[in-house]
Amino acid sequence: MNASPAFRARRLLAGAILLASLAVGLARAQLTIDITTTGGRQVPIAVMPLAGDTSQPQSVGDVVGADLARTGLFKLVNTGGVTPLPTEPSEVNFADWTTRNAEALVIGKIEPASDGRVEVRFRLFDVAKQSQLASYSYVVASAQLRATAHRIADVIYERLTGDKGVFSTKITYVVKHGRRYELQVADADGFNAQSVLASNEPIMSPSWSPDGSRLAYVSFDQKKPIVVVQNLAQGTTKVVANYRGNNSAPAWSPDSRYLAVALSKDGLTQVYRVPAGGGDAERLTDSPGIDTQPAYSPDGQWIAFTSDRGGSPQVYRMPASGGAPTRLTFEGTYNVGPRYSPDGKSIAFVQRDSGRYRIASLEIATGQVSVLTDGNLDDSPTYAPNGKMILYEAQVGGRGQLAAVSGDGRVRQRLTSGAGDVQDPAWGPMPTN
Amino acid sequence: MGTDAHQLSGTFDPGVISQRDIISIRNKETVMKKLALYVLVALAAAACASNEKKETPAAVTDLSSGAQQPQSGMSSSTTQQQKPMGSVSGNPLTDPNSPLSKRSVYFDFDSNAVKDEYRGLVQAHSRYMTTDKRDSRIRIEGNCDERGSREYNLALGQRRAEAVKQVMTVLGVGTGRIETTSYGEEKPVASGHDESAWSQNRRADIKYSGE
Repeated sequence: MNASPAFRARRLLAGAILLASLAVGLARAQLTIDITTTGGRQVPIAVMPLAGDTSQPQSVGDVVGADLARTGLFKLVNTGGVTPLPTEPSEVNFADWTTRNAEALVIGKIEPASDGRVEVRFRLFDVAKQSQLASYSYVVASAQLRATAHRIADVIYERLTGDKGVFSTKITYVVKHGRRYELQVADADGFNAQSVLASNEPIMSPSWSPDGSRLAYVSFDQKKPIVVVQNLAQGTTKVVANYRGNNSAPAWSPDSRYLAVALSKDGLTQVYRVPAGGGDAERLTDSPGIDTQPAYSPDGQWIAFTSDRGGSPQVYRMPASGGAPTRLTFEGTYNVGPRYSPDGKSIAFVQRDSGRYRIASLEIATGQVSVLTDGNLDDSPTYAPNGKMILYEAQVGGRGQLAAVSGDGRVRQRLTSGAGDVQDPAWGPMPTN
Repeated sequence: MGTDAHQLSGTFDPGVISQRDIISIRNKETVMKKLALYVLVALAAAACASNEKKETPAAVTDLSSGAQQPQSGMSSSTTQQQKPMGSVSGNPLTDPNSPLSKRSVYFDFDSNAVKDEYRGLVQAHSRYMTTDKRDSRIRIEGNCDERGSREYNLALGQRRAEAVKQVMTVLGVGTGRIETTSYGEEKPVASGHDESAWSQNRRADIKYSGE
C-alpha cells in the first residue's frame, strides 16, 4: 500500500518476467494418474511396439497404449510373443489377433530420416474385417517422439470413437509447496510439467486463452488479487486488471478480445469485462450482492456467472455484453463456479449438499442436474476440449489433488503429485496445427 | 461459506454493551473482561494508548457461539517484542499493550456480521484514524475457511472486509481511506481441516499503509 499503483505494476512486471517463461525448467514432481472405470464396454485394442523404437523412458507404443487406456474406453490386449514385429499389412496374422480377442490393432515402425530426424509410421486395423482404418507417417525430431505418440493416440481415438482425442492438449494448475506457489503447465497425461510462474504469494484461477498461447491468472504479488496475462512462449506478462479492491476470476471471450473478470472496485464483487490487451473495465452486472466467476459460452453469446442476488449463490447467465440475467440453478442453496461444456449445451459447477461440495453438471435445455463426483471438497471443474472429461480439484487427506470424471460419471481419474497441494486446474484448448 | 448471511451488519452503538450481549454472557469473569475491554478501548482512544493497563483485551470470548472462537489478538501479539511497562513512546500500532495492535476481526461460519466482541477493536482503529493519524490509510483483508469454491470465497472475504469498513465509516473514517480486499481461502493462519482451524481463518485483518 505504500507504493503508487504504477510503481507497483512495474515492479510486479519485472518480477514476473524473471520468474516466467517455459524455460524455468522441469517441475519437481510429475503427476501420476490412476483410473477407475465402472461399467460400460471397453474396446480391446492391441498396440504393438513400433519396430526400431528406442524411446526412453517410455516407448511410443507404451505412450499410445497408456493414452487410450486412461480414457476408460479401451482395454489393452497382451502383445507378447509376436516376432518379428509386423510393420506392413501383409505381415499381420489376423487369426492370431482374433484368438487374442483384439478388435483393433496398431503396428508401426520408426526409421532414421535423411536429415537426422526420424520417420514414425503407424497403421490401425479392424481385426474382424482385416481392414486398415488409418495409416499415418510423421517426420519429427527425436525429442518430439512423445508428442508424436500423443498425436497417434488422437488419430486412433477419433477413428474408433468418433470424438476428437485430447492427448496432445495441455493442462495448467497451481502447486503449493509450503508457502511456495507454482503455476505449472503439463501435458494432459501429467508429463513434462513445467513451472511458468513461482511466487511466495498465492496464485489463483488460471485461464487459457482460446489459442493456448497465453494464461490469465490471479496474482497476489502486490498483497492483493490482481489479474495478469502471461504469454507462455515469451514469458512476458501484462497486468490487465489492478483496480481498487479485488481483481479476479478471469475468463477469456472465445474471440480473445475480452477477459470477463470479477472486480470489487465499486463495492461488493461484480462482473466486468476488460480488453485482453489492457484497457478500461466495463461493468456487466449490477446487483446488491456478489456476482463473480464469469464464464463465456463457446459461441460468445452468453456469460454464465455466480450470483447471490436471490439470497443464496446460484448460477445465472446473461448476454455477453451485459443485460438481464436468467437464473439457471434452483436445487439447493449453493451452486457456484459455472463452466460451459465445449458444445455449449451443459454447464459444470460446484454444488453444496449437506456440507459436501461436489461437481455437478446442468443440461441447459432441460434444466436436468447430474452430480458427477463424490468428494467432500471438490472445486474448479474444467472441461476437456472434446467435452468428454471434466478435470477438477479434490481434497484428499487434507491435500489438494486433481481428479477427472467423464461426463457420464463412469470413468474417474485421480492425478496425484509427489508433494504439495495441487489445485485450480484448467484444461487447455485443442492444439493449433 | 456465507451463502445465507449476506446482509451487512448495519447497526453499531460504540458506547453500549447491548442487552443481547449480557444475556449471552454466562460467566461473570467474562463480563468483567468485556467491561474492561470497553473501558480500555475508551481510555486508549482518549490517551493514545498509554500503558497503564495490564490486561489486554484479547481474552474476550463470546460464549454464545457454539464454536470456539480464537482470541482476537492472536495474530499480532505473538511476534511483537514486549516493551517495558510504562513506556509512552513507540508505535501504538505495534505495542502489544495497545488495542491498536489487535488487527483481526473473526466471523461465524456463513456470516459477515461484525460481532459485538470485536467492535471495541474496530472502534479503537476508527478513533486512531479520525483523531491521531488523520492521514493514515488502511487495507482490510478478508479471509474465509477452506470450504467452498475458491473464487466465491474470495468475494465472500471481500464482503467481510466491507462489513468492517462499514462500521468504520459510520464512525467517521472516510471511505477513500479504506481499501477492502481479500485472500479468500488462500492464506489460512491455521492449516487444519476442522472447526478450530476454520474459526481462526474466518477473519478480516486491518493493515495500515506503510506497514
